[in-house]
Amino acid sequence: MARRVGIVAVAQTKFEERKSTLHTGELMYDVTRDVMGQTGLEFKEGGIDSTVAASYDLLSGPAGAYMFLGYVVGAYQREDERVLEDGSTAVYYGAMQILSDHCDTVLLVAYTKESAVDKNMYEWVGMDQIYQRRVGLDFVSAAGLQAMRYTTKYGITPEQCAKVVVKSRKNAGNNPFAMCCDNLTVDDVLRSAMLCDPIRVQEAKPVPVDGACAIILASEEKAKKITDKPVWITGIGTCYDHHELGWRDLADCDALTTAAQRAYKMAKITNPLKELDLAEVSEQYSYQELLWSEGLGFCSKGEGGKLIDSGKTEMGGELPTNPSGGMLSGIPVCVAGMQRVVECVLQLRGEAGARQVSGAKKAVAHGVDGPAGQLHCVITLEN
Amino acid sequence: MAERIAIVGVGQTHHKSKRPDVTTAELCAEAVEDALEDAQMTMKEIDNIVMGSFEVADGYYSPDKWIIPEIGAVGKSGFELQNVGTTGGVVAAASFNIAATGLFDAVLCLAWQKMDEAAGAFGRGGGGANEYWTGQFPMSPITNFARRTYAYMDRSGCTEEHIAMVRVKQDQCAMKNEYAQLRLGLTLEKVMNDVLLAWPIRRLHMCPTTAGAAACIVCPEAKAKKVTNKPVWVEDWLTCHQGGALTMAEDPTSSTLRYACDVVYKRHGITDPKKEIQAWEVYEPASPAELRWIEEVGICEDYTAWKLFEQNKVGIDKEIPFNPSGGVTATNPIGATPVVRLVEAALQVRGDAGEHQIPGNIERALATGYGGQGENVIMLLRKSL
Repeated sequence: MARRVGIVAVAQTKFEERKSTLHTGELMYDVTRDVMGQTGLEFKEGGIDSTVAASYDLLSGPAGAYMFLGYVVGAYQREDERVLEDGSTAVYYGAMQILSDHCDTVLLVAYTKESAVDKNMYEWVGMDQIYQRRVGLDFVSAAGLQAMRYTTKYGITPEQCAKVVVKSRKNAGNNPFAMCCDNLTVDDVLRSAMLCDPIRVQEAKPVPVDGACAIILASEEKAKKITDKPVWITGIGTCYDHHELGWRDLADCDALTTAAQRAYKMAKITNPLKELDLAEVSEQYSYQELLWSEGLGFCSKGEGGKLIDSGKTEMGGELPTNPSGGMLSGIPVCVAGMQRVVECVLQLRGEAGARQVSGAKKAVAHGVDGPAGQLHCVITLEN
Repeated sequence: MAERIAIVGVGQTHHKSKRPDVTTAELCAEAVEDALEDAQMTMKEIDNIVMGSFEVADGYYSPDKWIIPEIGAVGKSGFELQNVGTTGGVVAAASFNIAATGLFDAVLCLAWQKMDEAAGAFGRGGGGANEYWTGQFPMSPITNFARRTYAYMDRSGCTEEHIAMVRVKQDQCAMKNEYAQLRLGLTLEKVMNDVLLAWPIRRLHMCPTTAGAAACIVCPEAKAKKVTNKPVWVEDWLTCHQGGALTMAEDPTSSTLRYACDVVYKRHGITDPKKEIQAWEVYEPASPAELRWIEEVGICEDYTAWKLFEQNKVGIDKEIPFNPSGGVTATNPIGATPVVRLVEAALQVRGDAGEHQIPGNIERALATGYGGQGENVIMLLRKSL
């Protein structure tokens, strides 16, 4: 990228099963006021130019709950937009607003109250009306089909998938914002009930989870003025895959490979495993961390199982993946992608506490949306 | 702007109240094909796609996922946006932002709504309001505009007959636009005797439910000049929302439309918008809204726009060419409506609007998007750089 976009502030809530005492607007208020406090930026001339929210109406109840930004948070009479994708895409678009010179500072917020809805219901309406919805496919069954195809084609073992969960839950123990941290063993995971063959209950993201996160982006000049610890977005990329599951080989994630290549090209990264210091990926199911690792170029196709066996993705390994515990430790959908960026920023600033990857300089954050990983977004960051 | 940008192709469907012959994705494909044909481009040349609809009104989730394959865009970059009624405006603003980065050669902006498939009253009415405050009232676009129109009449001296004049003007324009949905051949008498919904709003005063889609292709300067000899330059854009609190929209000094226009006019040294902007495509969800919008964009003083209709000064070939396409009371595929405004404004600038073309040189055109809670998006187009 010719010019850089800086991240000058990040905030997240503690992630919990039910934040029943918080109204969606209040959920937003906490994180947005937090990042505004960190930077001293307000909603006025020379302050925050634009807000971009990431949320789904079906997930938050009222249509257009992003509007709470207006009168709960005070983002009144200014640029205000909202993406209906995973939160990583809001980071992507916020960066575009700055790269186009249209804005100098952008406030991003993602919020979800999964406790307010039935996740299977809205993921079912997310399938196309004619072919897939009528056979009852939802995102869980799509993931089941993908897991089956992936593990069968490349000989990925149930133990290798279970190891992802064990690692995530262990890492989450170092993360005060995480919901689930327990010392699960591979056996515990494999003995849990079957959710959608071959995915077991413990191999899926806990549901429901409530929470929010926020970020402030700034142009290079402005970022340097606001903070002495800016984190730079060096590359961004998104890519759509086919929707119809039968039209792609579910064992591969070509869209992620393309999205990653788009981001790496901008960031001039040729060997991600060596050059990056950590990765935060969005895995709603255990197999996904392995498959997404392949798409992100940490290993070649079908080698995801070997990658986890090698210990390279453990804390202290060559490329610690999800030091925060990732989605498997309980992050709501939609918030997940933006929260991956938040975690990377904390790591690159050296403020990640017990989950800190020592000397982290470059990181990659990944977000995903749609059934079996249809829309991927990859963001590379540097301190 | 990092890069100057231009609209190189526009497309829209023939808007209808019902389209049982197509799926939402197929409807979108019609608009995309139209825009690609207009730009003489193929999908291969498009590298980023931003899209959106007011999806709660249509009753589905994440429709971009199954529209992408239908328009042949698998493997492309992109994402979906939605800001309720202003969705199309925000989608357009996103396509402008992305094209202006210079990172992409061509960005496709696509918006749609297929209202024949869902009972959209929830999303369009109370569901869109704050669940604790305005959401507690039986507030829908109809009652909202009834309340505001009553206040307007009270303050200005405008009568029911003037509002009917606005509706007749809108219909006269729509009669000349083959893409418009309602082309009714209205007379003052017909409007005045129409079914009353909530005084003074009659059925004909409200925007219809529409199945339709609209698309445009936006390129940075270098690519735009290669693609077409009639680029429509995007001079500026601004999304301006206030969110939720309907009461805020009552105070004329806090109107987002006025605020957004002031900001954009100031940035480009526009001091007399009536003279300097030759075509207007402004999102009026109810016919009386057009009166207030004419005042807020700076064409005339507050509470005097109704006099312009009395003097017969508004129309395609008249002093104030406001909504030559017939506007939103003729056609309203909600999410797509702001992009329809943009498409129509671009056609006016190019001189390609056909029967509803405003005579004379159109140097500048202004298109807007509107959302029920007072959101506005301003898109300022220009013929020359």
